[in-house]
Amino acid sequence: MTKSNLSLSRRRMITSLAALSGAAALPMPAWATGNMGRHGGAAVGKGIHELSGPKIDLHIADGRFATGGRSGHAIAVNGTVPGPLIRLKEGEDVTLSVHNMLDVDSSVHWHGLLLPFQFDGVPGISFPGIKPGARFDVPLRLRQSGTYWWHSHSGLQEQMGHYGPIIIDPAGPDPVAYDREHIILLSEFTPMHPHAIMKKLKVSEGYFSRQKTSASDDYPLSAEQRRMWGRMRMMPTDIADVSAPTYTYLINGHGPEDGLELPYRPGERVRLRIINGSAMTFFNVRLPGLPMTVVQADGQNVQPVAVDELQIGVAETYDVIVTPNAAGAFAIAAESMDRSGMAQATLTSQPGRKATFPALRDPPLLSMVDMGHGGMDHGGSGDKAGPAMDHSQMDHAAMGHAMPEASPASGHDGHDMGAMDMSGGMNMRDTSLLPASVKVGPGIDMVSMNPQDRTGYPGLGLEGVPHRTLNYRMLKSLAMDHHKRAPDREMELHLTGNMERYMWSFDGKKFSAVGDDPIRFGHDERVRVKLVNDTMMAHPIHLHGMFFELVNGQGHHQPRKHTVIVQPGSSATFDVTTDEPGDWAFHCHLLYHMHAGMMQTVSVAFPEGAA
Amino acid sequence: MRPSREALYQEHGGMQLFWFQGDRLEYRARAGEDGYLWDVQGYYGGDINKFWFKSEGEGAFGEAIEQAEIQALYSRAIAPFFDLQAGVRQDLTGPKRTHAVIGVQGLMPYMFEIDAAAFLSGKGDLTARIEAEYDQRLSQRLILQPRAEVNLSAQEIPELDIGSGIDNIELGLRLRYEIVPEFAPYVGIEQEWKLGGSRDFARLAGEDPSVTNYVIGVRFWF
Ligand SMILES: [Cu+2]
Repeated sequence: MTKSNLSLSRRRMITSLAALSGAAALPMPAWATGNMGRHGGAAVGKGIHELSGPKIDLHIADGRFATGGRSGHAIAVNGTVPGPLIRLKEGEDVTLSVHNMLDVDSSVHWHGLLLPFQFDGVPGISFPGIKPGARFDVPLRLRQSGTYWWHSHSGLQEQMGHYGPIIIDPAGPDPVAYDREHIILLSEFTPMHPHAIMKKLKVSEGYFSRQKTSASDDYPLSAEQRRMWGRMRMMPTDIADVSAPTYTYLINGHGPEDGLELPYRPGERVRLRIINGSAMTFFNVRLPGLPMTVVQADGQNVQPVAVDELQIGVAETYDVIVTPNAAGAFAIAAESMDRSGMAQATLTSQPGRKATFPALRDPPLLSMVDMGHGGMDHGGSGDKAGPAMDHSQMDHAAMGHAMPEASPASGHDGHDMGAMDMSGGMNMRDTSLLPASVKVGPGIDMVSMNPQDRTGYPGLGLEGVPHRTLNYRMLKSLAMDHHKRAPDREMELHLTGNMERYMWSFDGKKFSAVGDDPIRFGHDERVRVKLVNDTMMAHPIHLHGMFFELVNGQGHHQPRKHTVIVQPGSSATFDVTTDEPGDWAFHCHLLYHMHAGMMQTVSVAFPEGAA
Repeated sequence: MRPSREALYQEHGGMQLFWFQGDRLEYRARAGEDGYLWDVQGYYGGDINKFWFKSEGEGAFGEAIEQAEIQALYSRAIAPFFDLQAGVRQDLTGPKRTHAVIGVQGLMPYMFEIDAAAFLSGKGDLTARIEAEYDQRLSQRLILQPRAEVNLSAQEIPELDIGSGIDNIELGLRLRYEIVPEFAPYVGIEQEWKLGGSRDFARLAGEDPSVTNYVIGVRFWF
């Protein structure tokens, strides 16, 4: 039940001041009485209430969410957005009971949890879904620890608030030492119905962007570069399909105007469990003046690595430690990758003391590398150059769009522009480069000519910032994998799309076209999967049911992840041991990409002799 | 389980949409009687196959509709940026002819929207129409749109006052302001020339083969 008493065990500090007041104001929760049901009028609470114990009940119901002067329909779980924190302990048994009080089918997927496939919560793959008024019980023995989350896998409900965090405490001592923790659950709110968003994406390319190139912009693009983009029928500003102001970015359900405060005491080691539970938004997370030490990625412990800013893709999680030594207030600034908006909270030693938030930095731009012309670049490592580089160096955004007079990257620029000129003679869609497994058709508008592994890339817009940023190559698993197996076989999967038509697929085939023809794995195979991104968008690709190890050059310390960002025009590779039998979803975690078809079933054979 | 599987597949990529666009709905001020024009289109369907319809027409106030037509087309995506369209066109004025239509519609390199179609009438007359427009954003909301249209005819069609060769050319420039992307009022100017045989027909009828229209209108979609 709602943990409303403040037992000040330093480990279990309640995660938000606002959540505390919210809890106190709920004498008889509406979700427990069913009052939120079909009428949908009840106001939705914010913040994160903790549930623990052997039996946990989640009630999914309609509600009304409001922040910063906007309000709209939401789907709340146990009366709040996000829904409650499910706090469990490794090795223990728990039953998660999901009650659907909506008048449509619903579901809960436990993102990152290892469990029998029939409880994974994807309607049509793992089970038939939860009918209105019905209950679905998930009995679990927890065989892992870490930071995870849960969300609906039905329709577009996730966009409407149907998500929440999961923390599984380790059975033994936690290798991460900390005095206090806060969940930082990033998401979006919009009063627009997700079906309306989907339609606008389909019929009007660039509909949600207010950062398009125009005759009056001051993007550092030459006339030649502008012509090149036009010739390709693409936009260098196609970075976020949906962005502010359509979205209000949230931390733990709080918009910037809600002024969320998270407490600390000077000298404490504060663990921030950052979860990107948004539908469509990559965030650049930083606390100006406070370095972060990354200790966990996707629930899996990693060797500590100190950074000042990190980009988190949709559905990823990062746990970081910050140690504010003096009294004060620090901005927790999560800027959307396209820099149209920011999720905000204050880490403060004194209630009421607010941090000053940094201004939004200038929007970044896509470049040649994002078109799969990575080889044209000087950086053999795939590090990116181009106009976006000087652009993002202007961290002090107050100066507006003015171009830096002398940019160290300007020489590079010249080179890149040369490459761009050359693209006139280049085929942006040389389908002869694609393997036979890819179905060529109108759903593919681009083929990466020379896709590079860009696991060393910090994410669009972070390549030139004047401080330390995270990239995948810096992630080393804490534990050593002594028994690392070499792959039995390799497969290549292409991420394909058409921006203009808003078609997204794997290997040129939408899920609707593939249906019952899953990607098949034998039991306990060791497979190396290379994902090649033939689009100009970064896709966070998520595999249900199993962790994979990212092939990032860390040998026996390759990090285990459940979601990997494949950067535009480049590739990423993982190894997976297929030891979890059953049917699992495999998809892009950008909600509207998945919905447009970028999804597949992965079917892992049962061991011989098993039923 | 089977129905939920089918629903899942259908939901992830099998979406069917309805879209309607009033591309040009405008008042045309000009020498002589002022006129009006409509040019609308829409579709229903999925990513590859669509039912597409188009209608355009124009006239002068206080007179019978000068010209009006409606097209019903099967549209199929044949390339990343192009649809092939085939179907019928019904003229609603004059001799009310019916035509077979084949055309392509899509986005050319450099972001030119193009719609080109050939028409074969029940009388065996072959004509063609090519329209191209380009959106130049001046700001995030203000858009300058040059537009060109050429009508061609393979033969003289005296009952329609059409000569063979280039029938007419229209060049327009419209400045629209997107209050929201779905709704944008505009002002503009459009120049129309009748050429060759069509020009001669116009002169015979006492019409000016060169007309300048000052237009005000609205563009919308939903
Ligand atoms: Cu995607």
